[in-house]
Amino acid sequence: MRNAAKKIYLALIFLFLYAPIAALIVLSFNNSKTRAKWGGFTLKWYQELFKNESIMQALWNTLAIAIISATAATVIGTIASISIQSMKKRTRAIVMGITNIPMLNAEIVTGISLMLLFISLKMRFGFTTILLSHITFNIPYVILNVMPRMRQLNPSIYESALDLGASPLQAFFKVTFPDLLPGILSGFLMAFTMSLDDFIITHFTKGAGIHTLSTKIYTEVRKGIKPEMYSLSTMIFVAVIFLLILVNYTPRDKKDMHKS
Amino acid sequence: MNKKLLSVPYLFWSALFIIIPLCMVFYYGLTDKNGAFTLSNIAAIATPEHSKALWSAIRLSLISTVICLLLAYPLAMILNGMKTGHDSLTVLIFILPMWMNFLLRTMAWQTLLEKTGVINGILSFFHLQNLSIINTPNAVILGMVYNFLPFMVLPIYNVLTKIDQSVINAARDLGANEVQTFLKVILPLSIPGMVSGITMVFVPALTTFVISNILGGGKILLIGNVIEQEFTQTNNWNLGSGLSIVLMLFIIFNMVISAVTDKEGEVNVL
Repeated sequence: MRNAAKKIYLALIFLFLYAPIAALIVLSFNNSKTRAKWGGFTLKWYQELFKNESIMQALWNTLAIAIISATAATVIGTIASISIQSMKKRTRAIVMGITNIPMLNAEIVTGISLMLLFISLKMRFGFTTILLSHITFNIPYVILNVMPRMRQLNPSIYESALDLGASPLQAFFKVTFPDLLPGILSGFLMAFTMSLDDFIITHFTKGAGIHTLSTKIYTEVRKGIKPEMYSLSTMIFVAVIFLLILVNYTPRDKKDMHKS
Repeated sequence: MNKKLLSVPYLFWSALFIIIPLCMVFYYGLTDKNGAFTLSNIAAIATPEHSKALWSAIRLSLISTVICLLLAYPLAMILNGMKTGHDSLTVLIFILPMWMNFLLRTMAWQTLLEKTGVINGILSFFHLQNLSIINTPNAVILGMVYNFLPFMVLPIYNVLTKIDQSVINAARDLGANEVQTFLKVILPLSIPGMVSGITMVFVPALTTFVISNILGGGKILLIGNVIEQEFTQTNNWNLGSGLSIVLMLFIIFNMVISAVTDKEGEVNVL
C-alpha cells in the first residue's frame, strides 16, 4: 500500500517533468503546422533546422563561448584555488565571499552590472563581451569544485617532492595536479553546462548582431514558435542525455559524482 | 612558487568583473541622468506601477517556492529511501530536466498550455472543456515550479542522504513513532537543505522576466520585467539600477539567512 503510494507519487512527478519534453519531441515529427493535430510523421523540421543558417550560427557561437569560457574559467579558477588555500583565514573568507557573489546574486543584476561596465569601458557588445561575462560567472563553479580537493591535499607530499629536488612547477604538475584533477574536471564540466544554458546574462551583454542558442530561442518564441524549434529541442535533449551518460559512466572518483 | 603572486589574476578579475560592476549599479541607481545624487530611482519602487510589479513578483515566487518545497520534500524522501546510491539513475532522472535548456523548458509549457495547444487539443478530442490558464499568473507559477523544482530536490536530497541511519534507529529505539521521528529528528536535520533549496528557487523566481514574458504573454509584469525593459527598451539605466538595488535588498536578506543556517557550506549542491 505504502510502496504503491510512493510509486504513484514518483510516477506523477515523472509525468510532470517529462510530459512537456515528450510533447516537444512528438511535435518535432508532426507533419502539421497546428499543434493540436497529428498530421503524420515527417523529418522535414529537422531539414529546415539544418538549413536555417541563423540557428546554426547561434549553435556555433554557443559552443565556442561554452568551450572557451569554461577553459579560461578552469585555468583562472584552479590557480585562484591554490592561492586562496594559502591565504590567511580572514582574507580567505573575504575572497570566498566575493567568489560567491555571482552565484548568489540574481542573474539579472549580474547581467545589468556587466552591461553597465562594458558601456563605461566603451566596449563593442558582441562575442567578446559575452565571453568575458561567461568566464566571470563560470569561475566560482570551478573554485567550488577545486577547493574541497585542495583541502584534502596533504601539503607534506608537495614539500617532500621539493625536498627530493623537484622544482615548484614540477612538484605541482607531478604531485598536486593529479590529485586536483577530478575537481578540475567536474568544475570544467559544470562551467561548460552553465555557459550552454545561460540566457539572462547573455541577454544583457550581447550585441545586436549576435545570438547564442538561448537568445535565439527567446527571439523566436516571442515571434511565435516555429516547428524547427521542436526539432532543436529534441536534439538538445538527446545531446544532454548523451553527455550525462558520458559523465556518469566515465570511471572517475566517486566522491565527486554528486557535485556534477 | 610565490603563492601570493598566484592570487593576482583572480583578484584582478573579480575586482574588474564583480566588484566594479556592482558599484556601477549603485552609482547609476543613486544618481540622475546628469550624475547628481538622488534617491528618486529607489523611491520609484513606491509608484503604483512598480510596487504592483514587485508585489506580484513576491507573491508568485513565494507561492512557487512553497509548491516546490511541498513537491520536493516527499520526492527527496522517497529517493533517499530507495538507498540506491548517490549517482543512481533514478536520482538522475528526476534532476535531468535541469540540464535541458531553460528557454526550451519554458517554451514547452507554452506549447502545452496555449489556446490551440497540445492540452486543449487533447481535451477537445474528448469533448472536454478547454483549459485557459495561459497568460494568467497561474501559468507563470506553473512555469516557475517546473523550472526550479530540481533546485529544491537536490539540496534536500543531499542533506537527507547525510543523516546517519543510527540517529534514526536511536530515535525509534527510544520509543518515537514514525511521525515523531520525522518531526523531531529528520525534519530539523534537513533544515539546511530546505533553506538552501528555498534560496535557490526563490531568488531566480523573484527576479525572472523570461517565464512571465513567455507564459504571461506580456500581460504579467514582474519586477524583473520592469528592470529588463528599463535596460533594453527605455534605456533609463538610472531607474533600472535603482529598482535593481531594491531587488538586491531581498537577495541580501536571503543570503544572510542561508549563510546563518549553512555555515559549513555543506549543502552547496552546485
